[in-house]
Amino acid sequence: MRLRLKRIAALAGLSLPAMMLIGACATTAQAESVTQEGNAYLKLMNEMGGNPADFNIDDGKKLWSEKRGPKNASLEQCNLGLGPGVVKGAYAQLPRYFPDTGKVQDLESRLVTCMETLQGFSAKEADKDPFAKEGGNASPLENIAMYVAHESDGMKIAIPQHDALEKLSYDNGKKLFFYRAGPFSFSCAACHAESGKRIKISALPNLTNKEAAVSYATWPAYPNSQGVARTLEWRMLACERQQRWPAPKFTSSAVIDLITYMGVNSNGATLHTPSFKR
Amino acid sequence: MKKSVLLALTAVAGAVVLSGCAGMDKSASEGANGDPFATASFQKILKNDFVSKGQASVDRLKQTKAQYECSKYDYLGQPLPAAVGKEIEATAQSKIVYPKDGQYLGDWKAGLKIAEDGKGLQWSDKPGTPNGGNCLACHKMIANDPSQGNIGPELYHYAKLRGNSEAILKYTWARIYNSEAFNACSYMPPFGEHKILTEQQMKDVMALLMDPNSPVNQ
Amino acid sequence: MPNPMRMRANVEGDAVVVRVLMSHPEDTGLMKAPDGKIIPAHFIQSVICKNNDKNVLTCDWGTAISKNPFLEFRFKGGKSGDKISVTWLDNKGETQTDTTTVS
Repeated sequence: MRLRLKRIAALAGLSLPAMMLIGACATTAQAESVTQEGNAYLKLMNEMGGNPADFNIDDGKKLWSEKRGPKNASLEQCNLGLGPGVVKGAYAQLPRYFPDTGKVQDLESRLVTCMETLQGFSAKEADKDPFAKEGGNASPLENIAMYVAHESDGMKIAIPQHDALEKLSYDNGKKLFFYRAGPFSFSCAACHAESGKRIKISALPNLTNKEAAVSYATWPAYPNSQGVARTLEWRMLACERQQRWPAPKFTSSAVIDLITYMGVNSNGATLHTPSFKR
Repeated sequence: MKKSVLLALTAVAGAVVLSGCAGMDKSASEGANGDPFATASFQKILKNDFVSKGQASVDRLKQTKAQYECSKYDYLGQPLPAAVGKEIEATAQSKIVYPKDGQYLGDWKAGLKIAEDGKGLQWSDKPGTPNGGNCLACHKMIANDPSQGNIGPELYHYAKLRGNSEAILKYTWARIYNSEAFNACSYMPPFGEHKILTEQQMKDVMALLMDPNSPVNQ
Repeated sequence: MPNPMRMRANVEGDAVVVRVLMSHPEDTGLMKAPDGKIIPAHFIQSVICKNNDKNVLTCDWGTAISKNPFLEFRFKGGKSGDKISVTWLDNKGETQTDTTTVS
């Protein structure tokens, strides 16, 4: 089914790699041949139709309906923003405000809430060791995240900005994005506020405008260098490590607000997940 | 007839969007004294949402004056006021420490290793091991090597083009020590002032740029 | 003990497409561990894929293959319900076989 969708997308001239190319090399023809993201090898992998992350999705789907935790319940009543149990299209509208918790939550944050309230896991148990080592096995939480995200594959990103807290999340995300700190004086903007830039041979999408979709719309993904499926929560952590910042807490506003900022900038673009990355 | 109606509708829609944005800017963005980061919600994030890990302490989130001013205007999407910029540049210049022995040049081969090394000061790096400069991540400087980045200016034939006068040596040293001395909001890390590279390491990087045998000048 | 192989096989047009994720360290023998000692070479040398009992693909692999190899291939002459088996054999003599049914 996914392969057919990809074929259709390719015919319509909207293939994933083309979208990446448009963003990454609109300014200079040089960028196309010199970035890993613009070269034929990743393009070929993304057109292949299969992805190791497909197996994470299989596992995640099983975990979604499996009775787990002290309450021996499944996640099938989990409300991801579109009503209890509605998974299709939910990821495309996250992060968003949830009245029951009174906060803006992203994919993993909301899954943790459901693991606690529906399944009875404690806060400590629910988000313990969420990220596997390179080449390792993804945690149950990340497997579920891969499944839920894939249920929005092919849909338009539509992150809401109605509630005051949703707008605040965007604004604080923007502040974090431009906040320079640490021994290197890096902010996200140091690398991601201009088009046509690359660090070594990695394309650096401009995340301050619509070009953010070049990156945002292709997560969660399977980065070849990681050898394990990864989500945006992981990517924010990896970026901040390289910025020489201290570590943001898993599912904290520090991460969610950055995701809101990039995501809202990407509104309208079509999600392709999981994809291959370098 | 149709065209003017469409234009009028667009103008109204545009005005509505603009007024919405203006309202949000006033209430959400401004903290005390025009410091956008001084809002309660943002300060809460800085205080509660980060943990020290490895050698990356939460103290790192305390901004220097230059980091604050540059972040502020970046976020607001406004140019840095000239006076603010001049002050940052002058302060950075005054803090530059030139080599006591007057020798600026080390070993270009060691400098090349430093230019290729992207490790150092991350929470995943072992404290106490020498940090890299990662110059090639942002600067193209060696011919026939497409794996260099384009965030900073190209430095091909650095010394070949500029010569090796005392003035050039001092300028280049200052650039590496703290580029804020020349460009207040430069994204180049202050390798000297923030103690990322040692004096010897900086001398080796100088040699990479200045030595006629260095690949940079081939 | 490596993970079992994850496999999927389905009919696409006139071919069967098989996708298999193998679990293997694929050490080249050139990398050093944090203690400075060389990590010995440990990599898959051959992969044999069968449709029912007929060989449809044989692979000769070397050290260029990455950790946890993901293999996708297609062949003609298979159909829904066929049994696909994939066997790998590595330089240490270790081997693993897993199977799936063409959906």
